[in-house]
Amino acid sequence: MTKAITVSGLHKSFGRTHALDGLDLTVETGEVHGFLGPNGSGKSTTIRVLLGLLRADSGAAQLLGKDPWSDAVELHRRLAYVPGDVTLWRNLSGGEVIDLYGRLRGGRLDRARRTEMIERFELDPTKKGRTYSKGNRQKVALVAAFASDVDLLILDEPTSGLDPLMEEVFQSCVEEARDRGRTVLLSSHILSEVESLCDRVSIIRKGRTVETGSLAELRHLTRTSVTAELAAAPNGLAKLPGVHDLDIEGRRVKLQVETDKLDAVLRSLTASGVRSLVSTPPTLEELFLRHYQDDVRIGAEAVAR
Amino acid sequence: MTAVAWGAPARSGSRQLAGTNTLLRLALRRDRIMIPVWVLVVGGSFASVTGSFAKLYDTAAKRADVAHSMGANSSMRALYGPVFSDSLGGLTAWRMVGFGAALAAVMSLVIVVRHTREEEETGRQELISSAVVGRRAPLTAALLTALIANAVLALMITAGLAKSGEPEAGSLALGLGTAGVGMLFACTAAIAAQLTESARLAKGMTAAVIGAAFVLKAAGDASTDDGSSVLTWLSPIGWAENVRAFGGERWWVLLVLAGAIAVQAVVAYRLAGRRDVGMSFLPTRPGPADGALGSAGSLAWRLQRGSVYGWSAGFLAAGVIFGGITGGAADLVGDNEQAREIFERMGGQSGLTDAFLAAMTGMLGLVAALFIVATVLRLHGEETSQRTEPLLAGAVGRLRWAAGHLVVAFAGSVLIMSLGGVGLAVGYGHDLGPILVAALVQLPAIWVVGGLTFLLYGAFPKAAVAGWGVAGLVLALGWIGPALDLPRTVLGLSPFGHLPKLPGGEMAWTPVLLLTAIAAALVAGGLAGLRRRDLTT
Repeated sequence: MTKAITVSGLHKSFGRTHALDGLDLTVETGEVHGFLGPNGSGKSTTIRVLLGLLRADSGAAQLLGKDPWSDAVELHRRLAYVPGDVTLWRNLSGGEVIDLYGRLRGGRLDRARRTEMIERFELDPTKKGRTYSKGNRQKVALVAAFASDVDLLILDEPTSGLDPLMEEVFQSCVEEARDRGRTVLLSSHILSEVESLCDRVSIIRKGRTVETGSLAELRHLTRTSVTAELAAAPNGLAKLPGVHDLDIEGRRVKLQVETDKLDAVLRSLTASGVRSLVSTPPTLEELFLRHYQDDVRIGAEAVAR
Repeated sequence: MTAVAWGAPARSGSRQLAGTNTLLRLALRRDRIMIPVWVLVVGGSFASVTGSFAKLYDTAAKRADVAHSMGANSSMRALYGPVFSDSLGGLTAWRMVGFGAALAAVMSLVIVVRHTREEEETGRQELISSAVVGRRAPLTAALLTALIANAVLALMITAGLAKSGEPEAGSLALGLGTAGVGMLFACTAAIAAQLTESARLAKGMTAAVIGAAFVLKAAGDASTDDGSSVLTWLSPIGWAENVRAFGGERWWVLLVLAGAIAVQAVVAYRLAGRRDVGMSFLPTRPGPADGALGSAGSLAWRLQRGSVYGWSAGFLAAGVIFGGITGGAADLVGDNEQAREIFERMGGQSGLTDAFLAAMTGMLGLVAALFIVATVLRLHGEETSQRTEPLLAGAVGRLRWAAGHLVVAFAGSVLIMSLGGVGLAVGYGHDLGPILVAALVQLPAIWVVGGLTFLLYGAFPKAAVAGWGVAGLVLALGWIGPALDLPRTVLGLSPFGHLPKLPGGEMAWTPVLLLTAIAAALVAGGLAGLRRRDLTT
């Protein structure tokens, strides 16, 4: 598979703030790639560099095999962007703005697709900019993006303000885009959205990529929680590598174990005789929270120093 | 900091005004640069006129001479107003009252709309109104901010003149008259802010009323030499003039001003109490479901066409009115050397009618500089309000995007100057060709102002609003400069100072072509800067 986006060692600072500090990102053609990170970690900055709105201080970025700064216009015929906070002109109707964005991407929108999208998102295209609610402003940009025939969709927290029904419509639109071979870069804080849509995710923190891979791969790096009722009191669990938060009450055992060390724990448990066992794989929330907590810990250490 | 009810007693009105104190402090904090700059510039221009008149007309005989000739000439009265006294203070009042009152009005309109409709339009008002803030607090805070600015201005004008040894009564009358017009238009802006959902439109409506008031006063003063014309009395700026500072002050005219302020304030409060936050009395109609806009250029035109239409109508109307009073320029009583000299400095060498027409086209040119700055800075407004980002994420280059607005700005200036010229010729009744040429010859200077503004925007976006400073400087040099006998190098700072004086004077191609080339270079520099820099996010 060819790469739709390759970014390596990207640096960008605004005055004293280092927004991007050697960021790497690879998005394969035809995948839906989740782009996660705490607020202010550099997601939108990365996207603005990819759109040629900001010029990186150093590092390499390629979009669909071209340079996002010097080939910006050519590239933008092949991509559609939805910002997290859509602002409209107060005296233009939603329908006018949708058509404008479509034409500015270098072609008329397919009328049938445009109508279909307006219906699916239940948007009234005759209202004027100021009268739209937050969610409806978002829909204007989403309709314009999904009705465009482009290779790459760059979505920066696109569903902020959408109701759950519209969230579902959004998800099915992304799935259809993938089925037609489009590439999607999706920055989002809605983890259920990421979990159900994304083939791979990248997690960034403080302008740097800290994890990247499929969800299955990422899960592998985290802990599974195990609760078991045993025939006899457990023996030697505390000495096993990768065991955390061990809690023994008589014959009841609760513990967390690093997923790749699960095997040894299970052997030790069966040695005591297992009456019942519940094992929960880590959720994306836990995965994500771990990075947030690491963040807090690193912050605390920095203060301690 | 907590939002405390302003004036704690539990009257029924006090709840409506809860939080005014905090909002007022917020407004003063936000305007901590803007208001002092406005007040210093407007107040300072009064002081500098007094200072240079004191040097220029240093004997009572000289002052009487200039007062007589200026007051007797109807076209000079159109520009500045009648002369009510030949004292130093009287001459300062004559020169500054119309111009100063108009500036105070613009300052007030900016302050009031900025803290009322602009807050609602951006949605910031919602969050503020969700706190302990009374329904009438935002409007009250905005009007109080304007009141403080105008009061300081009145103080500065009064103190400045009194310090030069002029009678205190006259100094106070001039200060109060100027600031009173400011407050009157603060209330007009408050009404406009209730009527429309757009801050831009509210500002435009108020500015149009100020412009109309100025033109009415000019036409009235051209026809009478004591400010008694009905047209002058129809104009609030005419009221400030009719206070007759230093010329036997008529204090009761200030009461007329105060009454008009009170009536307008009541109307604004009535309207404000009757509508929802963010809504207006002029409803927004639904728009088309399908759009015909297909390019950055057509979007630029669509966004700016309302303003271009408004300026066009204003220039045509002002042209017709000034054209109509042109005949009076020949009515110079006596053969006064000084009047002729000042006129020639403003207008040129030849006949007084030509000089008057040249002065009028020059004035239209100066005002058109404001148009081009406003139109070019729309680029900055679009960028900082994040509407540019999704456009540039389409297949639109930055240069193409900027070009759309630049075409509107530069071609728009050609349009409004042509209409101003046609209006002058229609009002005057003949000489269409030479008057049109005289209007169009202003364009290179207008373009230099536009080009410099665009260079600031493209290369130094943080300093983009300094474009207004450029326009203000050019306006001050062109309007007040000629009578001050400023050194040639100072007057030469303004591109308008290098233009040939038409009609009547000799056409000079060198400065026209040179200024056009400078404007082109400035635009090119702006484009180069815009291409290289980061977008403001």
